[in-house]
Amino acid sequence: MNLDDLLFTVSVKPDEEVHIKIKDQAVCRDKCKEQDRPCTFVCPARVYLFSEEEQKIIVCYERCLEDGACYVACPYDNIDWRFPRGGSGVSYKFG
Amino acid sequence: MAREDFDCIVIGAGPAGSTAAYVLAKNNLKVCLVEKGDFPGSKNLMGGVLYSYPTCDILPDFYKEAPLERPIVEKQIWMMKSSSTLKFAFRDKSFGQEPYNSFSVLRAKFDKWFAEKVDEAGVFVIPKTTVTDLVKEGGAYVGIKTDRPDGDLKAKVLVLAEGANPLLALKAGLCSPLDPKKVALSVKQILFLPEEKINERFNVGKEEGIAVEMLGDITEGMVGTGFLYTNKNTISLGVGAIIADFVKQRIKPYELIERLKENPSIIPLIKDGVVREYAAHMIPEGGYNGIGQLYDEGILVVGDTLGLVNPIHGEGSNLAMISGKLAAETVVEAAKKNDFSKSGLASYRQKLYDSLVIKDLHKYKDALGYFEDNQSIMDNYMSWAASSAKEILSVNGQTKKEKQKKIIRNLYASRGRAKVIKDAFKLWRIFK
Repeated sequence: MNLDDLLFTVSVKPDEEVHIKIKDQAVCRDKCKEQDRPCTFVCPARVYLFSEEEQKIIVCYERCLEDGACYVACPYDNIDWRFPRGGSGVSYKFG
Repeated sequence: MAREDFDCIVIGAGPAGSTAAYVLAKNNLKVCLVEKGDFPGSKNLMGGVLYSYPTCDILPDFYKEAPLERPIVEKQIWMMKSSSTLKFAFRDKSFGQEPYNSFSVLRAKFDKWFAEKVDEAGVFVIPKTTVTDLVKEGGAYVGIKTDRPDGDLKAKVLVLAEGANPLLALKAGLCSPLDPKKVALSVKQILFLPEEKINERFNVGKEEGIAVEMLGDITEGMVGTGFLYTNKNTISLGVGAIIADFVKQRIKPYELIERLKENPSIIPLIKDGVVREYAAHMIPEGGYNGIGQLYDEGILVVGDTLGLVNPIHGEGSNLAMISGKLAAETVVEAAKKNDFSKSGLASYRQKLYDSLVIKDLHKYKDALGYFEDNQSIMDNYMSWAASSAKEILSVNGQTKKEKQKKIIRNLYASRGRAKVIKDAFKLWRIFK
């Protein structure tokens, strides 16, 4: 099963406010290139995509499962990660 | 100090937080339990197995009414190498009888029920509320800021039970920045299968379940494990590994679990299973050496936030509950003296260190370091065990003696004789 189909099974009520921000896109673009930008493959929901065209990380925070692995994996502490506002975000039916 | 709204505010409605809130309310304290999820349990996740002890200690006979899946009557350990699996199984009749040993659970259901019990005990349960900050006055924690308008609350003491993703503890400096080498990331899928099919495939009765722990090359050289638990009419299948290993090996967790589903030992068990939910969660694996700050002026820390997980035995929710209970008992004592200062809460440390929580973590204090330093070793041995079994069981032209020699040769070839002896000694030291 591909990830998009997997994510279709998860109930997420996206916050209207963005809860994940990249602190400095230049760090992702230049410094983190060598590490292949871990957030783009460690995140179990593929929230982070590096756009070659725009030369920056695109954050699809609406897909977030709130595990937090991205900010732990980030080699440059470059992700400003918060929980979505109360009642929004991921809501497991089974857990 | 301004008037307090509550004696105690508990942050997070997981097993640790709900236990703390429940025990506090039973001791007639005015307690509030704040949870960011849509309902308590909605953001909570584990494999997962819930142990009867200490749940029974807090909620006697909980299994008569709690939404549990199946009592675990059989534990299996699988040592896997691509197409081979060597399985160990232990089944005990008493595990299927009261008071049971453990149950498979789905946390969104169980934690919701637990929070209802907490509510009935007189706790003011506030869901849908994210705590954005801990409030300090004169060096002591005195309350919380929330994302609700006018949602700030004050209390004499706080219990921090925010789980494995400890944003507030990090912000307050109550725990060190999470080390990717000491935190695992686990992904899981809930697969629907009719109840009778599960009974047939796993050779269990209606009210019986099994727990499988998988070791070997399913984690593709990363330090980690796979798991499979039978629920009533679903299967929890998952795999996890240390975050630093995902980073190093460029492995995508959602692809790892899909590859696990293609393993020949798994395929027939999950055939026609429909994915009902996909989920992911971190697990603190720092063990004894990774335990965070237990308490400070006006605050106690419990459960996963503190790092109370025993990865060797797959225990966490039980340790969380014990810590929640001990924190609550500390608060009850502190309330009698009306002293919630650091020294007034200091007995929490003694209580925790006298309990099996710290004793068990201490026993395995060198385990993670060992696996960390010897990444592929366990993998090596698991693969060797599986291929050795294949060697012994394959009937072909070779004599048994030749087979035995080949097995030993394979072992030394993969690791070297001196290293094998050293590994055995080290492992004995860890588990002794």
